[in-house]
Amino acid sequence: MNNKIVVSLFAVVFGLLAGAILMLVTGHNPITGYSYLLEGGLKNPERIGNTLATATPLIFSGLSVAFAFRTGLFNIGVAGQLLFGGFCASAVGLSLDLPKALLLTLMLLAGFVGGALWAVVPGFLKAKFNVHEVVSSIMMNWIAYWTIYYAVPAYLKGEFLETESKALPDTASLKVSFLTEMFDGSYINLGLFVAVLATIIISFIINKTTFGYELKAVGHNRHAAEYSGIAVNRSIILSMAISGGIAGIGGVALYAGNASNIQIGILPSQGFDGIAVALLGANAPVGVLLSALFFGLLYSGRGFMNAMTDIPPEIADSIIAIIIYFAATSILIERLVRWLIRRKANAKSSAEHEGKVK
Amino acid sequence: MWTTITQIAPYAIVFTIPLLITALGGLFSERSGVVNIGLEGLMIMGAFAGAFTIFKLQAQYPNNPSVMWIGLLVAMLAGMLFSLLHAFASINLSANQVISGTAINMIAGAITIFLARNMTGSGNIHIGSFVPFNVPWLSEIPIIGPLIFTKTYWTTWLILIIVGLSSFILYKTPFGLRLRACGEHPHAAEAAGVNVKRMRYFGVMISGAFSGLGGAIIIVTYAGEFTGSVAGLGFLALASLIFGQWKPLGVLGATLFFGIASTVANVSQVIPSLAVFPPIILKVFPYVVTLIALIVFSKSSRAPKAVGEPYDSGKR
Repeated sequence: MNNKIVVSLFAVVFGLLAGAILMLVTGHNPITGYSYLLEGGLKNPERIGNTLATATPLIFSGLSVAFAFRTGLFNIGVAGQLLFGGFCASAVGLSLDLPKALLLTLMLLAGFVGGALWAVVPGFLKAKFNVHEVVSSIMMNWIAYWTIYYAVPAYLKGEFLETESKALPDTASLKVSFLTEMFDGSYINLGLFVAVLATIIISFIINKTTFGYELKAVGHNRHAAEYSGIAVNRSIILSMAISGGIAGIGGVALYAGNASNIQIGILPSQGFDGIAVALLGANAPVGVLLSALFFGLLYSGRGFMNAMTDIPPEIADSIIAIIIYFAATSILIERLVRWLIRRKANAKSSAEHEGKVK
Repeated sequence: MWTTITQIAPYAIVFTIPLLITALGGLFSERSGVVNIGLEGLMIMGAFAGAFTIFKLQAQYPNNPSVMWIGLLVAMLAGMLFSLLHAFASINLSANQVISGTAINMIAGAITIFLARNMTGSGNIHIGSFVPFNVPWLSEIPIIGPLIFTKTYWTTWLILIIVGLSSFILYKTPFGLRLRACGEHPHAAEAAGVNVKRMRYFGVMISGAFSGLGGAIIIVTYAGEFTGSVAGLGFLALASLIFGQWKPLGVLGATLFFGIASTVANVSQVIPSLAVFPPIILKVFPYVVTLIALIVFSKSSRAPKAVGEPYDSGKR
């Protein structure tokens, strides 16, 4: 475990260094760049609120990827699950007129079901036909993309634009006045609390329940798990369903919290960032939470940095992508750490040796 | 009906070609034993490198057609170099190949826009495109002429030649046999004196070069500009590879299917005989068919046996 934290920290350091090099190569000053990036994410309560809100969908997508990963499944379809979950929740939010607490609960439920539905297809295909979940969930992403593309104008059309859904009423929004006021008008919303709750629940399921143990067993060795009497196929389908469900709730946080409608023609990038979040967080729920906050900071500060320095905002995406490459090649970092430790030990022993000679 | 088909055919072919060459690149990589989910990123990198080169050269030598070809060459080199990141991670460091490929996609998607924005401000690089032409004599042939030889590009023929050559190399040369052996049974290949790691490097680098070329062909044919993405074509190429069961001719058929299906979906609204279908059905059609094909092929899958597994020569 400790080892994983070291790898993640090194990956972050390397990612930030690479980002600095990118800034230098393109003729910008990395120190001013990074300080504006930090300022943009943390300068005042509003910006802190926005950073937390930006991190919220990332927590969900990260949890989603990490949960499936524990069962040995690579859920690259989080983007589609976010989109479809958010769509189901928006449909509920726009068509029912209920008290806020009840409506939000129903929307979260709808989001979960929508996301789960979208993820069950690859899960089922994997369990029954051994179809690789990566390819099938990528197909599901595009099916979601086009379904939303035509379903939103047909059923949830906005008042002014064809390309977005109708704005959700206040009773169907995760934004609440006390949070908005506390953070000086930031778009922070209840989604954050749901995300923290989800982190705790997922952590409990993975670490403390038989069900979680079975999922992990399937992830470690499918055949051994089957031999010991675990229903492998059921585990795979359930794992994908829950993973998709978490993503679906993330869609609610994204489209009914941070935003108040759905834009068509966009696969939410938060879905793919979930892979990065999960990987940096070593697939542990708490790790996911922390790395989502870190990525949230990069994403939320980049606008301010761009305004102050003309460094293109895609620097944040580049840094995240490079971090993922280093996290994926963890062996490189492990070798480096081992080498550093050995060199230190050598230096120490040779110093002692010299001491004796004197 | 016939006029509809002849109207669509040239577009379908133009759309197929980048998919075809990218999927063929993926074929080399996976046949050597390395899963390459980073095709999308490699295409983006090629598209950017090609657009960048052509943009810079056009400023110096306007109206010189060879500029485009130099751009394609640079795109191949850029894709090849960039694929080394994936090769190093998955061959030398035994990284999870799917994650490494995902990182490739993310890096390419982010850095190319970052660089393009530094250049042009908007992140788009406009370069114009090749002019399509009718092949003399051949386009006069009934049926085949209007389908294949009208409004065609030189790149189309180049790619078809590459597909033929690749097929020959894979199945008729020692190099091809060794490459395939590394994907099926690397230990046996090593015992027979094949350097497995080196062959896998070749596989991944070929996939990088071909994907880079594919990405750049999009720019110089139907797109005309770099916009920072290739709209999921890399993933579609990956699906074609599986759909085509890791065989060059199969891949040709699968990509042609995607090319036709996507073109039909794109033009359906302007062609009356197609407008009867709701557009969502046409748009979703290729992806649903892929899912069904994956199920159908699941029992008889011809996936290379060792694909995705890091090679450890000491393992039994």
